[in-house]
Amino acid sequence: MEVVAKQSLSHKILNYALLIILTVVVLGPFLIGLWTSLLPTMDIAKGNFLSLHISLTNYVDAFTKTPILQYLGNSLWISALTTAAQLIFCSMSAYAFVFLRFRGRHVLFILFLATMMLPFEAEIIPNFMTIKAMGLLNTYSAMIVPFLTSAFGTFMLRQSFLQMPAELKEAADIEGLGHFQFYWKIVLPYNRISLITLGAYSFLGAWNQYLWPMLTTFSNAFRPVQNGLRQLQSEETFNDWGMIQATAAIVVIPTLIVLFIGQHYFKSGVNEGAVK
Amino acid sequence: MSISLRNVRKDYDSQTEVLKDVSADVQTGEFFVIVGPSGCGKSTLLRMIAGLTPITDGDVLINDKVVNDLPPKARKLTMVFQNYALYPFQTVWDNVAFGLKARKLNQSDIQHRVDHALEMVNLTEFSKRKPRELSGGQRQRVALARAVASDAEICLMDEPLSNLDAQLRIKMRQEIYNLQRKLGLTLIYVTHDQVEAMTMADHIMVLNDQHVQQIGTPSDIYQHPANEFVAQFFGTPQINILPAKRSSENDHLLTIASDDIEIALNEAVPVAELRVGVRPDQLRVSRTDSVESNAVVKNTEFLGDETIVYATLNSGDNIRAVISGQVSFRAYEPIKVTIGSNLLFFNNQGQRIALSKEEVVHA
Repeated sequence: MEVVAKQSLSHKILNYALLIILTVVVLGPFLIGLWTSLLPTMDIAKGNFLSLHISLTNYVDAFTKTPILQYLGNSLWISALTTAAQLIFCSMSAYAFVFLRFRGRHVLFILFLATMMLPFEAEIIPNFMTIKAMGLLNTYSAMIVPFLTSAFGTFMLRQSFLQMPAELKEAADIEGLGHFQFYWKIVLPYNRISLITLGAYSFLGAWNQYLWPMLTTFSNAFRPVQNGLRQLQSEETFNDWGMIQATAAIVVIPTLIVLFIGQHYFKSGVNEGAVK
Repeated sequence: MSISLRNVRKDYDSQTEVLKDVSADVQTGEFFVIVGPSGCGKSTLLRMIAGLTPITDGDVLINDKVVNDLPPKARKLTMVFQNYALYPFQTVWDNVAFGLKARKLNQSDIQHRVDHALEMVNLTEFSKRKPRELSGGQRQRVALARAVASDAEICLMDEPLSNLDAQLRIKMRQEIYNLQRKLGLTLIYVTHDQVEAMTMADHIMVLNDQHVQQIGTPSDIYQHPANEFVAQFFGTPQINILPAKRSSENDHLLTIASDDIEIALNEAVPVAELRVGVRPDQLRVSRTDSVESNAVVKNTEFLGDETIVYATLNSGDNIRAVISGQVSFRAYEPIKVTIGSNLLFFNNQGQRIALSKEEVVHA
């Protein structure tokens, strides 16, 4: 008995040691970044990370001296529109694939899936040409139009819709609900967990875009945050590392909010006794 | 609201036939049960009546009007599903009100109907709960309340009790029966459970093998089954079906299961070979020595007020006999099996032959 207990104790210690190491490795850079965002640039330059000259000056400076608010606004607008569009279009196409019978439904769905096989990088040149031909370069549209819908979102919602019991559709037919009513009053609320997940996913995806906005935007008026950060750092007058850290921290905040809300909903929804 | 089916047929693709030539009449206010083993097409038939599944051929009539091409809503009926089809994101009250709102009734009418329906099924105090906070029986009652709240006079139920445990099933069976009588609903009820069919139905339709086997009242179906399948489907334990031969000397005499049992009929047997159906309670079993015996016991099941004896006749046919009270036989104990007076006769195609029988003569 004692041997077993001892073994499990050493096991525990090993487990925890491993977990702590991993935590430090994963969280370390975040914590260092957060800490340096509170330090004056002089201390950072000297490598004096243990300095105690903590203040929020960097944050105040970030908001007053840089266009970070403009960047945040741009990103928020782009991400919100992208998310809304994805939720609407993906749920509608998923509905069509699950509840409508039409010729070529299967082939069409495979075509949809096939686009998932292509990495975004491979689509950049045709997308760029299209956006350019439409005269949308350096506008919000340039960053929204290519992402209005996604094969992944359609696929994910289709899987979720397929889980709905067929009786719900039959019950709706008996009540005389049309397709749009069924979609709006039953399918969407029934699958709200999947919708929230997709929403969070596409919001974060849009928020963290870097390559595409870099190619399609040339002015601060439309530049989203990730590219804005890069812009701040590359401007010659700007080598205030404390402030860069502060802006980086600000940029992460919306991401965290989305994750927290998403997780809260996800937990509350998993155990929703669906039918039985 | 009466319902008629005229030679209804259903094919999937052009090869697989699911239902052939189904005809029936359901009267207003009738409790009509469609029963059959799984895969016999009974749920498909119900969905064809509802209008959820198109019919391939034939006519469905509601109040003498052909409704083949009417959408489900226009047929003015409600449906209760096996898995209840409740909306998990709505309260009990909203679940019941959903259909009424979809039909655009006015607010006070909805309020009145839903409250009344919930009262009928004793769920008033649960009206603010979500379906996941209810037990299986309560969820089933929500589904019933939906049917009650609707003004439709036809209600279709698709195995509504099969997700419930045995005790609850008996209770809900009575509740459904009482509701149907109280509201005067024309109810078509699909089940695979012969007990549900026997206890609730005014008329039973037995489906098997894509065909209607028989339509009749419960007692009619039990006492005068159209064929072997129907006889075997109703009654627990299952009826014994034994091979029999007409005696070569006397066409009133029947030898059952090789030479084990002989009976005399008071009319001539029309065919040389036939099959005899004996309900387990029509078999008598007595202890005897191995010379006199015509069977050996396999095992017995004691049920409290009666005992089921499983035995093998000398001919090799297995039989089930129900004996009242407790009797104990050892395995392989020799017994003598004799036959009571209530028998059914089937020809080799399994169809019942009407014969009367007066006395039993044992050879």
